Amino acid sequence: MCAAVKYGSRGPALIPRMKTKHRVYYITLFSVVLLGLIATGMFQFWPHSIESSADWTLERRSVHDAPLARLAPTSPLPERGDLSCRMHTCFDVYRCGYNPKNRIKVYIYPLQRFVDEEGVAISSTGLSREYNELLSAVSDSDFYTDDVTRACLFLPSIDVLNQNSLRIRETAQALASLPRWDRGMNHLLFNMLPGGPPDYNTALDVPRDRALLAGGGFSTWTYRQGYDVSIPVYSPLSAEVDLPERQPGPRRFFILSSQTALHREYRVELERLKEENGETILLLDKCSNLSQGHTHTHAHTHAHSPRKRCAKGQVYDYPQILQESSFCVVLRGARLGQAVLSDVLQAGCVPVIMADSYILPFSEVLDWKRASVVIPEEKLPEMYTILKNIPHRQVEEMQRQARWFWEAYFSSMKAIGLTTLQIINDRIYPYAARTYEQWNNPPAVKWSSVSNPLFLPLIPPRSPGFTAVILTYDRIESLFRVITEISKVPSLAKLLIVWNNQNKSPPEESLWPKVAVPLKVVRTKENKLSNRFFPFDEIETEAVLAIDDDIIMLTSDELQFGYEVWREFPDRLVGYPGRLHLWDHELGKWKYESEWTNEVSMVLTGAAFYHKYFNYLYTYKMPGDIKNWVDAHMNCEDIAMNFLVANITGKAPIKVTPRKKFKCPECTAIDGLSLDQTHMVERSECINKFASVFGTMPLKVVEHRADPVLYKDDFPEKLKSFPNIGSL
Amino acid sequence: MQAKKRYLILFSACTCVVLLFYFGVVQLPASRRNQNRRDDRSRSGYHASPHWPHFSDPLQPFIPWDQSETEDYNVHMSPRQKRDANSGVYRGKRCRMDSCFDFSLCKKNGFKVYVYPQQKGEKISESYQNILSSIESSRFYTSDPGQACLFVLNLDTLDRDQLSPQYVHNLKSKIQNLHFWNNGRNHLIFNLYSGTWPDYTEDLGFDIGEAMLAKASISTENFRPNFDVSIPLFSKDHPRTGGDRGYLKYNNIPPFRKYVLVFKGKRYLTGIGSDTRNALYHVHNSEDVVLLTTCKHGKDWQKHKDARCDKDNAEYDKYDYKEMLHNSTFCMVPRGRRLGSFRFLEALQAACVPVMLSNGWELPFSEVIAWNTAAVIGDERLLLQIPSTVRSIHQDKILSLRQQTQFLWEAYFSSVEKIVLTTLEIIQDRVLQHASRSSLMWNSLPGGLFTLPQYSSNLGDFPFFYSSLGSRPLPKFTAVIHAVTPLVSQSQPILKLLVAVAKSQHCAQIIVLWNCDKPLPAKHRWPATGLPVIVIEGESKVMSSRFLPYDSIVTDAVLSLDEDTVLSTTEVDFAFTVWQSFPERIVGYPARSHFWDQNKERWGYTSKWTNDFSMVLSGAAFYHRYYNYLYTSYLPTSLKSMVDQLSNCEDILMNFLVSAVTRMPPIKVTQKKQYKETMMGQTSRASRWADPDHFAQRQTCMNKFASWFGSMPLVHSQMRLDPVLFKDQVSILRKKYRDIERL
Repeated sequence: MCAAVKYGSRGPALIPRMKTKHRVYYITLFSVVLLGLIATGMFQFWPHSIESSADWTLERRSVHDAPLARLAPTSPLPERGDLSCRMHTCFDVYRCGYNPKNRIKVYIYPLQRFVDEEGVAISSTGLSREYNELLSAVSDSDFYTDDVTRACLFLPSIDVLNQNSLRIRETAQALASLPRWDRGMNHLLFNMLPGGPPDYNTALDVPRDRALLAGGGFSTWTYRQGYDVSIPVYSPLSAEVDLPERQPGPRRFFILSSQTALHREYRVELERLKEENGETILLLDKCSNLSQGHTHTHAHTHAHSPRKRCAKGQVYDYPQILQESSFCVVLRGARLGQAVLSDVLQAGCVPVIMADSYILPFSEVLDWKRASVVIPEEKLPEMYTILKNIPHRQVEEMQRQARWFWEAYFSSMKAIGLTTLQIINDRIYPYAARTYEQWNNPPAVKWSSVSNPLFLPLIPPRSPGFTAVILTYDRIESLFRVITEISKVPSLAKLLIVWNNQNKSPPEESLWPKVAVPLKVVRTKENKLSNRFFPFDEIETEAVLAIDDDIIMLTSDELQFGYEVWREFPDRLVGYPGRLHLWDHELGKWKYESEWTNEVSMVLTGAAFYHKYFNYLYTYKMPGDIKNWVDAHMNCEDIAMNFLVANITGKAPIKVTPRKKFKCPECTAIDGLSLDQTHMVERSECINKFASVFGTMPLKVVEHRADPVLYKDDFPEKLKSFPNIGSL
Repeated sequence: MQAKKRYLILFSACTCVVLLFYFGVVQLPASRRNQNRRDDRSRSGYHASPHWPHFSDPLQPFIPWDQSETEDYNVHMSPRQKRDANSGVYRGKRCRMDSCFDFSLCKKNGFKVYVYPQQKGEKISESYQNILSSIESSRFYTSDPGQACLFVLNLDTLDRDQLSPQYVHNLKSKIQNLHFWNNGRNHLIFNLYSGTWPDYTEDLGFDIGEAMLAKASISTENFRPNFDVSIPLFSKDHPRTGGDRGYLKYNNIPPFRKYVLVFKGKRYLTGIGSDTRNALYHVHNSEDVVLLTTCKHGKDWQKHKDARCDKDNAEYDKYDYKEMLHNSTFCMVPRGRRLGSFRFLEALQAACVPVMLSNGWELPFSEVIAWNTAAVIGDERLLLQIPSTVRSIHQDKILSLRQQTQFLWEAYFSSVEKIVLTTLEIIQDRVLQHASRSSLMWNSLPGGLFTLPQYSSNLGDFPFFYSSLGSRPLPKFTAVIHAVTPLVSQSQPILKLLVAVAKSQHCAQIIVLWNCDKPLPAKHRWPATGLPVIVIEGESKVMSSRFLPYDSIVTDAVLSLDEDTVLSTTEVDFAFTVWQSFPERIVGYPARSHFWDQNKERWGYTSKWTNDFSMVLSGAAFYHRYYNYLYTSYLPTSLKSMVDQLSNCEDILMNFLVSAVTRMPPIKVTQKKQYKETMMGQTSRASRWADPDHFAQRQTCMNKFASWFGSMPLVHSQMRLDPVLFKDQVSILRKKYRDIERL
């Protein structure tokens, strides 16, 4: 649409050559076409219209229209699940192939109504609401394919979420009758309530041969690690109740138990804990008729509602009451997986999980240590002491984490289904798997945390030295002086002159100063400031010294010392003149400061050591339009570099050696005050611009600089490694 | 007239265009959909819609409300009975901690490990000897079987290959004779090799009962999750302690090396596990993918020799393995006869990212290490795709994989001791369940062995995770003053120090650790400072007590002080702001250095003014309170008691510890020059510093510590941090820390 408007407005520019009469036609023509385009555009892209149009056109189907599939009593049964199945033995990886997107393709069988010979359905519920939601979510996701030949994973439309509603033998036969079943290879079944009375198996009892199982109550004995996926038991309350996130912090109750069908043995233990530790423990139960009698007016209307819980005659709203407690007990029932876990997480209450041998939901990727407390059932009596020992800060972290787990992985059947597929995807393309941080860090942490790309604590050896990169335009004389000065630095390995002048050739080879190290000149195609940060192949060392062609005042000792400091901090910018950013309260924006301040947050790259990695980062990974901004304004490339490094490492630069009179842009300008001021204004603008592109202010302020150990110490100068430092 | 016509034509044309547009874009798809539906209905009634249909009829929920909470559950077996029943059923290959481990043994004394005393005449290989001595010198060791939670055999079970000379016979009966065997309950059995030619089964050749296995090359089928521990295969030359560092010296950009993918090793012409290596030649291109195999092994290899052997053998001899290892981005680790191979640790150390080609191998310490971050897990079935897969890996990812190999190598694999300790820590994490490490602690620096969950389960309480959590340490510190002389006059240095420190805006509280034989002075003798002053009377009055993790230290930062230290408030303030930038290091004032004494072939200690340093004295230093805990719990009693007996070297030990954790030098900040002289000349400690023995002792300490750590952890630094305007020629009024310059 934007484009259309643009073209429309360009129209009149062509017109003056034409007659006035024609102008009218053309204007009308353009406006009509424009209107038509806008109308169609609106129609196509307006979110509302899409929904409504979908409503008009997508037929409303009924599950009863699904074709009937009759199972003969003799139709084959699959083998029971094979406990030794693993991805490399029971999964056909060739179906997934090598694909550049590293995404598995999932096919969903069309819905069929399976009945036995007498016409009795194999399941009492048929397709459940939840499984339908899950299948539609998968079908809308980019995992989905409708091409059965391209599929890597198959989802039967036979709903096995709840084993209780299934006829086991017939369901198994139905599975085996699927056209691509092939011993269940690459088939994925979702089950949340496995087993049945009296002994409640922890995995689905339906024979399923090699099919993968996404199960909601695995124990360590039934879970095939690296093959099955442990999923949560979905709580229908997730969709019904809207619990706004609560700020983490201390709550009215310390421990709360809300499950209604606890085993007597557990309830007795919990009662005992309550007796010992008093009112901070709240034990809820079903609202019986007895408790109704004690409570006032409207209690009885909700007596059997799942949304009410009672304790000592007091009626509480469930799940809202969960938000009133720091910890919420999740005890095993007949099954290991409990839907209450989902409610507890939603409420931002830290679950205390007591279910021995239970495989926690998505434990393959989620770090439950950060969101829950797992206590062996036997230690139930010690629960209070264990929980009391957890520091407050951690409880708050866990509350936040619990809520985030719910939002990301528990809140809907869609979240559960897609998380499961992502886990399987990560196994098939392990080199493209999501990282621990991606799985476990809540958005707030993702936002504020950093993962330093140079995280290994290494002090690189001195011997490779550094490459000095000098950006120059036409100040030959000054450039040659810089070259001569730098060539005295012992650790200099190579000189790289970036010749940024396209109109003039660099001087002949014979005219250059004679230096002991290799000297290379590269000519650039355009006169851009960014060229100084290009990761030239000629730079073979890790360390780069970026230096302007007029920085002649740095001594060899100072440069060598700078290199030594860089070796101790290879992931930082190590530079000479330091600068600071300040918040201007009056103007409400950032300000650039080059005065004699006690603090430093940037170093100028007119003379700075840094890792070559940051060249690569600057050239290819600079966010937003910062690079173009810098080239267009011919300024602030150093500020951009400081932002980039601070943002990715979370660390401040290091300023080395005392302040000197520098011949840097803002210093030369000091003579003409007005020039200086515009320069400052422009630099301040850069800071504000970059901060808005980064979405944050990454720069870190420090109050220190690095000097040689014996700097200014009363000690014979000739015994100092770096005597010539700070001389003016 | 003409104009009107034109208007008309144009207008009608436009309307046509618009209408067409409308029908074309909006109506067509709709009608197509309608058509689809009609087709479906007519053909099979119901088929092949490209997406899952939207059903209009109300569907039932999968779970009627409260059904999961069945009442009849109460009628049945009690949970306690159920637990007992489990442990009866799940034995042998189905053992889990819940069914085959007796947690009650660990209740009283915590996680203690007992090693059966070695018997005369019992042959024990060097590797197993190393394992046993690693356990014996660890903090888990107990010589009292009554206190033990875990038992380790005195019988060498490492090599269970019957054809091997190391094979121990009659293990079955020997094990039955073990005093506390109890069908293997709470026993840990180490094994590197099992089975023999031709099928290499994973059976150990004796009944392990309910014992746990710490085994190399274990397959996922046989691995009992959360019960067994998969350990790496290591050679008999693997160092007992310390161990070599990784080979990575610098992070080159771009991170590509001469070769993309290399392998050099034997190939087995027939039998188990031969397929993978025999197929390697398919992807070998002798340029950047160099996969070399030789048929030469065993005496009668010529018998099975195939058509490729001569060619392969010739190629094989052309390349140097070491050279390839150092110059390749990725290293192939294909299975051999057994699932694991030596290639794995070799590649890891060489920072050559391992490409695993060993289906079904439960990778070493897979329970805690996320191998995805340090290796490429390939699939033997997809060998032909491997080159394109590794080529598609982005250079940022290579950079991080490579660094992670080095971290993991140094944290868990570089010595037998580390392998053993990691094994024990993993088991301890299971035993202590709620006080166990999170995945982040295991998989990020400095690694699980240095991150003790008993200190806190909160990541934010450690100095290592601030940046990955996006948080910062508390902006306050606790000063701990170590007092050894009685309080007699009001002009004593300790009182001046107390006042100076209390004036710091960052100081939260002051703790005086009374390690003096004289009784505590009355409360009013301490100057009023407006800050809480807590006096703790040391129980044992030993040197190490200054590093005890006192509960009353509530801040992240600790300022450790000697009583005769002279510091100004400004110096304290400045050092603390520096510490906030380096919370994982020690930040101190006076520094010392170590050097290697060529003549005496031992480490030397120097307090001379030098151009570099590797330690800062803890008589005045900031550090994270976690190091107090680490000092007390991680270090062995032998070192701590050495410190206590000498009443010396505690600061050296602390520096060793912190540098071993961070692999970085401490930070020295500037100080007024008189500090040094005062320190040397003051009354109380004069004896300590002037004593000629004192210096010799410190040298001895260093060498003792270095031998326990297995290597020299100290690192030199050549820089000192000063305030930004330190000694700059600018008005002193502009300087924030002006007192530091005034003499």
